[in-house]
Amino acid sequence: MGATPRISPSISIAIVGSGGAGALTTGNSLLEAASTAGWHGLFTRTLGPQIRGGEAAGLLRLAVHPVDCLADQFDLLIGIDWLNAHRFGAEIKTGPQTLVVSDPRGGEPPPMVIQSGARVVEISMKDMAKSIPDGRSNMIALGIASRLLGFTVEQVFGPMEKRLVDKGPAAIAASLAGITVGFDAAAGIDFGPRLAVPTPSAARRWLLSGNEATALGAIRGGVRFAAAYPITPATEILEWLAPSLAKIGGVLLQAEDELAAINMIIGSSYGGTPAMTATSGPGLSLMIEALGLATSAEIPVVVVDVMRGGPSTGIPTKSEQTDLNIAIYGMHGDAPHLVLAPQSVGDCLFTTQWATYLAEALQAPAIVLSDQFMGQSRAAIERPADVAFVGARSLATEISSNYKRYAMASNGVSPMAIPGTLGGQYTADGLTHSERGTPTSGAGDHLAQLDKRRDKLERFNYGDHWASVEGTGDLAIVTWGSLTGATREAAGRAAADGLEVRVIAPRLLAPVQPERLAGALAGVKRILVVEQTHSAQFHRYLRAHYDLPAPVRVFHRPGPLPITAGEIHHAIMDWR
Amino acid sequence: MSSLVMSATCRPADYKSDIKPIWCPGCGDYHVLMSFTRAFAQLGLPPEKIAVVSGIGCSSRIPAYTNCYGFHGVHGRSLALAAGLKVTRPDLTVVVASGDGDGYSIGGNHFLHACRRNIDMTYVVMDNRIYGMTKGQPSPTTEPEFDTALTPGGTGMAPFHPLVVALASGANFIARCFSGEPNETADVLAAAIGHPGFSFIEILSPCVTFRPDEKAWKDQVRPAPVAATDDKGKAARRLMTDDGFNIGILYRGNRAPYQPAVGPNGTDLSVLESDFEL
Amino acid sequence: MSKAPDEPKVSGFNDLLAVAYQIEIDAVERYNVLADQMETHNNPELVTVFRDLARAEGIHGEEIRRLAGDFDVVNHALKIARFRRSESPEEAELDSAHYLMTPWHALQLSLAGEKRALAYFTSIVETAKDPKVKAMAAELVEEEAEHVNLVNRLLRRYPRPTDSWADDLDPPVSPE
Repeated sequence: MGATPRISPSISIAIVGSGGAGALTTGNSLLEAASTAGWHGLFTRTLGPQIRGGEAAGLLRLAVHPVDCLADQFDLLIGIDWLNAHRFGAEIKTGPQTLVVSDPRGGEPPPMVIQSGARVVEISMKDMAKSIPDGRSNMIALGIASRLLGFTVEQVFGPMEKRLVDKGPAAIAASLAGITVGFDAAAGIDFGPRLAVPTPSAARRWLLSGNEATALGAIRGGVRFAAAYPITPATEILEWLAPSLAKIGGVLLQAEDELAAINMIIGSSYGGTPAMTATSGPGLSLMIEALGLATSAEIPVVVVDVMRGGPSTGIPTKSEQTDLNIAIYGMHGDAPHLVLAPQSVGDCLFTTQWATYLAEALQAPAIVLSDQFMGQSRAAIERPADVAFVGARSLATEISSNYKRYAMASNGVSPMAIPGTLGGQYTADGLTHSERGTPTSGAGDHLAQLDKRRDKLERFNYGDHWASVEGTGDLAIVTWGSLTGATREAAGRAAADGLEVRVIAPRLLAPVQPERLAGALAGVKRILVVEQTHSAQFHRYLRAHYDLPAPVRVFHRPGPLPITAGEIHHAIMDWR
Repeated sequence: MSSLVMSATCRPADYKSDIKPIWCPGCGDYHVLMSFTRAFAQLGLPPEKIAVVSGIGCSSRIPAYTNCYGFHGVHGRSLALAAGLKVTRPDLTVVVASGDGDGYSIGGNHFLHACRRNIDMTYVVMDNRIYGMTKGQPSPTTEPEFDTALTPGGTGMAPFHPLVVALASGANFIARCFSGEPNETADVLAAAIGHPGFSFIEILSPCVTFRPDEKAWKDQVRPAPVAATDDKGKAARRLMTDDGFNIGILYRGNRAPYQPAVGPNGTDLSVLESDFEL
Repeated sequence: MSKAPDEPKVSGFNDLLAVAYQIEIDAVERYNVLADQMETHNNPELVTVFRDLARAEGIHGEEIRRLAGDFDVVNHALKIARFRRSESPEEAELDSAHYLMTPWHALQLSLAGEKRALAYFTSIVETAKDPKVKAMAAELVEEEAEHVNLVNRLLRRYPRPTDSWADDLDPPVSPE
């Protein structure tokens, strides 16, 4: 080893390779090894459009603290090969501090990497792999990375062994041999940073994706039925739900399209079984009509939209926050409903659970706006706390006579008769209806039911979960969704520069909470809105519904590149 | 079909609500409503254990006219909604009501997949070969030369053949009825409800306002000359070659219905966490 | 009706009473459906006509029930008195209803129903072997014949309308 390592709270690694090189497996294994050893971490991937054989990069950040965003720059970049790797040039930022490990037989690193001043070390991973029966370059890369990061061979081999259990002892032996060869080959390379030792914690540790957390949150909130139509990047939610619901007496139906999926969950919920579906922008567009039906007929359902670049097919594998408008304003008619947004992989669990609880309590549809970045990232986190939000619908159980499904109530929520309940027979209807549910076009009934559906949402006390509010500075950053992580990190850097920044990230986007936001903004002198859209949808939403009591600037840009903490920090410091 | 039954002496009137239909006097759907209430009475089903699900159109107004649980949803999606209801509530008797526009045009895709899925429910399509609620546009079953404001001179398109489509897609029970024979229709409906899996009944139901020519149907319909078959090949030939006026149960399959096990809600969720534990 | 009715089996006096009762009850229900239709479609004159007809048939039904004494004719009717391919003989034909129909049309419907009932009971008189059934059927025939006469008398008050009775210059509406 060379110079004394520099101790760092966080290290970022990118592994690039194409055509089955196994770059993603390497990244995942490093995350598993690190989280077993007590670090936090976040792993995401970036891919070419090919179903198989495309170029792929695994992007990993390990830290002693919870990680909700990637770093601005990578410390270590391993190129198993560089075929088409220039596509990732804009996403994998390197600099003079970056160490690049390159296989000379895998081509040249992209010019951007060379020009950034990164140090390049050549290791012939392919040749080394060939020396091992059934050896693979990505195991050599894993060995190299584990040495540079300070892991032992055993620490990274453990997770690999679990992965390969079905492949048999020969594959396991080849993997171990590969890791060992790579580990030895990295001896003497001067990497530089070394991860700080994590604080020991008794908390149980989980490794999961935002999509998986979302699915578990829905189940914890009471969901026992899901309808599924596959769509990138939401499919993993549905694929996790299918076997999981079956284990607990629930069921998932594959739908013929999103129109069917949304109507299936409305049917299930009408029958008394809390229900959800998950989709992305194109699917949400198809579901909007029936979401209006759920609003009118007061049927609770949860729809998770894992946002991707739009419009139209857009960029299915990349994140954006551009479904805000359709989620809030998409329905025809006056259709008050719930819109919520989780803020991190772990928060996907809480927010979806809370959304399910709210939908059930308020007999209204809830749209959960996750995004590709959170949904498809895997994070090493402490097990999220159990919370008491389990859906409990107000039911009409003992009905004497003259049941009114949509009876006026001070809180706007009228007890719902579930089919099978004697005397509760009514027809749920998308037509404007009376308290009984009978179709009408009368002005009085129309207004009364519009009021009822608005009031039940507005009169509910959502408590402190409506937003996360941190810091006390007179510059407030208002942001939402997965950008909350990068914004917090930027605020931390600003604090290190001596500028206190307040971060306000609403988790509840609809119904709007003007009084609460006013409280959170009290005393601010400047407001910086941060969002990942081209048209500043969030800014317009804030302008439409809230008083912003200070000058406002907006930092916004579309995907596909994630907005980094560095960019936000720059926007803050630009406005001193 | 539900295992809970009322006493043997249910009256059709027990299944009627106090809401008066808005259908035109003379409309075949009045008869269909009678068939519904008579079939339910015949089976002795408690009204609160029946769900009648529909989409949009004249025929889709039927749920509120029954004293059962009902759902009058969006246009064309009743089968999907009913699927979500029935798989989670297998104890309910689920009857889906639709029309030729709602069921075969905007809802056509769901029809195919409901047949394939074979969930235990009964699908009744009141076919009048016209969009009545929107004043007389051609539907998928309208004759190609039928002149309308929207399609002057006719559509020129071959009519959709719902029974053949149902058979090819996997429906487990296929029948054709005529609204003007409500007792016969009630019998077929009761048989369809009792038959496991996805049952499809096409009811020829004249539109007196936009298709007064359909009043002639009552002289054209006849009992199907042969009994129902369980042979798909035979059924296909019969359905393809009849003139559309053979009435009765035409196909009775024996596919097992799709019904996954659904259980109580209170299961310990910690079993799911092992996926994430390190 | 163009079809020969698939009639309930009348194998005794009680069966005949049950069938006769059911025929009246079916007619009541049908007239009420028609009255409801006319109410929804704003034809008050016809509402009155159909409600009156329903009331009259209801009275007939009650008479048969009284005639049955202790025998539970209502329940028995539910069990045996079902007409299959055709409807119950006295039911007015629903598909002849029209929102602009006149009392003349209503009475035509009624007349046709009474005639069908008359024909039905006549056929029982002709085929029944049980003398008690035969005698009762004959009484019912007499009753129905009287109804036919009554409707014919009423028709004198309501002449056939001109051919323009169904003209409506307003266009239809599309409610959904």
